Amino acid sequence: MNKPLRRIAIFCGILVLALLVRTNWLQYVEADELNENDRNRRIQVERYASERGDIIVDGKPITGSVRTESTLYAYKRTYADGPMWAPVTGYASQAFDANQIEKLQDGILTGNSDQLFFDRTMAMLTGEEKKGGNVVTTLSAAAQKAAWQSLGDKKGAVAAIEPKTGRILALASTPSYDPASFAGAELSDARAWKSLERDKDKPMLNRALREVYPPGSAFKVVTAAAALENGLVKDIDAATDTPEPYKIPLSARPLKNHASGCADASLNRAMEVSCNSVFAKLGDEVSRDRMVETAEKFGFNDPGIDVPVRAAASVYDKAMDRGGNALSAIGQFNTAATPLQMAMVTAAIANDGRLMKPYMIDQLEAPNLDVVEKTEPEEMSRPVSPENARLLQTMMENVVEKGTGGKARIDGVTVGGKTGTAENGFGNTGTPYAWFISYAKDGDGSPVAVAVVVEDSDATGGDISGGGLAAPIAKVVMNAVLNSGG
Amino acid sequence: MSVVTNTTTIGAIEAPSRRNTELMMLAFAVAVPVFAYINVGLAIDGKLPTGVLGYALGLGLLAAVAHLVVRKFAKYADPLLLPLAVLLNGLGLVMIWRLDQSPRLIQRAEAQWGAFTPDAPKQMLYSAIGIALFVGVLLLLKDHRILQRYTYISMVTALVLLILPMFFPARNGAKIWINLGPINIQPGEFAKIIIAIFFSGYLMVKRDALALASRRVMGLYLPRGRDLGPILVVWAMSILILVFETDLGTSLLFFGLFVIMLYVATERTSWIVFGLLMSAVGAVGVATFEPHVQQRVEFWLNPFAEETWAQSEQIGQALMSFGAGGTLGTGLGQGNSDLIMFAANSDFILSSFGEELGLAGMMAFLMIYGLIVERGVRTALAARDPFGKLLAVGLSGAFAIQVFVVSGGVMGLIPLTGMTMPFVAAGGSSVIANWALIAILIRISDTARRPAPAPAPSPDAEMTQVVRP
Repeated sequence: MNKPLRRIAIFCGILVLALLVRTNWLQYVEADELNENDRNRRIQVERYASERGDIIVDGKPITGSVRTESTLYAYKRTYADGPMWAPVTGYASQAFDANQIEKLQDGILTGNSDQLFFDRTMAMLTGEEKKGGNVVTTLSAAAQKAAWQSLGDKKGAVAAIEPKTGRILALASTPSYDPASFAGAELSDARAWKSLERDKDKPMLNRALREVYPPGSAFKVVTAAAALENGLVKDIDAATDTPEPYKIPLSARPLKNHASGCADASLNRAMEVSCNSVFAKLGDEVSRDRMVETAEKFGFNDPGIDVPVRAAASVYDKAMDRGGNALSAIGQFNTAATPLQMAMVTAAIANDGRLMKPYMIDQLEAPNLDVVEKTEPEEMSRPVSPENARLLQTMMENVVEKGTGGKARIDGVTVGGKTGTAENGFGNTGTPYAWFISYAKDGDGSPVAVAVVVEDSDATGGDISGGGLAAPIAKVVMNAVLNSGG
Repeated sequence: MSVVTNTTTIGAIEAPSRRNTELMMLAFAVAVPVFAYINVGLAIDGKLPTGVLGYALGLGLLAAVAHLVVRKFAKYADPLLLPLAVLLNGLGLVMIWRLDQSPRLIQRAEAQWGAFTPDAPKQMLYSAIGIALFVGVLLLLKDHRILQRYTYISMVTALVLLILPMFFPARNGAKIWINLGPINIQPGEFAKIIIAIFFSGYLMVKRDALALASRRVMGLYLPRGRDLGPILVVWAMSILILVFETDLGTSLLFFGLFVIMLYVATERTSWIVFGLLMSAVGAVGVATFEPHVQQRVEFWLNPFAEETWAQSEQIGQALMSFGAGGTLGTGLGQGNSDLIMFAANSDFILSSFGEELGLAGMMAFLMIYGLIVERGVRTALAARDPFGKLLAVGLSGAFAIQVFVVSGGVMGLIPLTGMTMPFVAAGGSSVIANWALIAILIRISDTARRPAPAPAPSPDAEMTQVVRP
């Protein structure tokens, strides 16, 4: 009977071997896939297992973490002024994952990051309870509040940057949502989430970073920069050779000017009243490729602007024909920009031609408040020379002083700006967008550059709405920064 | 000439009893779970668990009693079987105790039954009863061949045990329980031993008929029609269990056990071919009209399917548990295997080990089970009588199939069936029955390794000069 016994032994060996192979397959080969399975609640359970760190603005937390009764998730995220800060924080929900800072700095906030390994070990040795670290942002509570309140019921966004450093001061988007409304995993959270997802106003869209709008006339500062940089205009007060009406190249269509007195207007004058013809012609003369070059130095066509939340790529078309380029030079056709991008353009000009990389995380702190990582300002590019930057500043300050941007004027402060109203949709059938970009100067350079966009259902074309709707918001934000001593 | 002192021709070389080896391994088998217990306490509460002394003493006492009984009544037994079983039982207790402290499982129990009762103390009691049965078997069963006398009584008992659950209400979709007031018994666990006894006795008598009276067709020895009787009866039994008790695991276990023993008894490959054919026919046949089985297969193929998630969640959770363990595991007490919720400490306890001890721990676990089977088959090889050989291979084969069916099911290798992992899963029947199984194997191995009794002194010894080996 021993021969079959040996065979049975081999058979049993094969059974055990099959199990060994299977456990290797599950726990080694497939482990990552299983861990990332949508059904796997472990990531969420871990995320809320200990007290979550906070996101901090001006030394005060704008988030919180409360102990819950749930046996699944020990803690739950809370938010102070959730809707106002949502474009900055993002959300952290037990049921619906997380995004933006809450997601990107999850390791620090949960305390599980490798950067906190030393702190974790120390805490384990001293028997302290595990806790997450903090994320200190660059934002200004005053500026954010000003932006949020003055946007009010309007649909739009504000992005404000400190030109010297690239620190983001305000990032507002309306309509917004309260991340606290679905922070848990209860039925009410699911209901809140569903209704937000269904909302046709898209409250969960971060318009300041993630939405691109045609910038309209606000883009003319980029065209002016390209014209100056390429030597097409040397004297901003010299008359340009611009016919009225100006015909778009490769097209018989004359370009409409909303302003009068644009024939042969100087660059400065064209900026002041926002002449389409002058800038379209200049854009054509600069040529598409050199327009692309300047726009890209300002950050257009870059899909990787991470602040650290990734901003949508702004677009200046690289393959259009001459007619398209002429229209793009006045911020129409395929040109599209995020509010952040336009704030970067403004900041670069205000900072004498040096574009600083925008960022909104100042430093990461361990649970014991030791600084784990600090962001240093970093130069991104130099789109214009300091001389040309100053010429652009002169023109933009003139716009506020005498032109379409009068509503942004602040007593005793030098303010430069540019309005814009972008047509939206084929034949301007969509809601036009009112833009205003501006910077303010104090004795020591410029502390703030801001871009405002309002999705405006009442705008009637021309630059009235840009100057009328968006400029006052920019003014309030700049004032908030100036008064807070920023 | 020289004076010869030894008067026998054959020198009785005292075979090493290996009891001291067993004792040393037992020390490890008790120490490892005690450290695991401390580990769980430190991980969950951050301090030395208060129950550690009680646990260590309890497990140590059980191991010591078992060892002393083996030392006295089965001196030549295999030295590995007892330590391996104690190790598994001890680790099972630790994991059950760890899951007793899961707030999720406590909350679930309170929501569902109004109160939560910890399983670890019960399991400790079952382990003690198991060891008592182990001792009882070794004391009463002086020679395993005595069991041969009870061949047909065993058959009747096994049939009764297997059929009884049909008359009791199903629990969680499977009719594998007998409810006697507060006591729930899974008769299948005991039936597996009793039926192995029946098969051994029956096949020992019939093996020649089954092996020799056959026709050779296409290289295979086909059994005579009338010899097919018994295998058909067992096959029918398995199908009946599958259909009426919706218990895939038990059905598979009995049929597999029978085919293995038939093959060993007759040494005819044709029986294996026959057995595989019949199980294929049975499986396909039942699967086509039994929705319960179809469902199990469906969940196995698509554990994460959207439509069936509510029902297949357990399997999915078990798989994710293994994934979460990764190579080294989360550490005892630090995993989230309690997300499996239902039956986390019984049918699915292996996933908790997988998550908290990782791939490394799982490999060790499977090797321990493999070793028990290996010692069992080795015992069968060493046994001197056919009944002992058949019984030893039957018991270890049943053990192997059970381990494969349960862990294969939990790991998603084969469709899931409701059976428990021997020794580690919470549940009295399983622990008690498996201790009896180990006791019988120890008894057979003792008989197998026991030196032959010294022959009577030969009156001619003085006359002949034989060089001792």
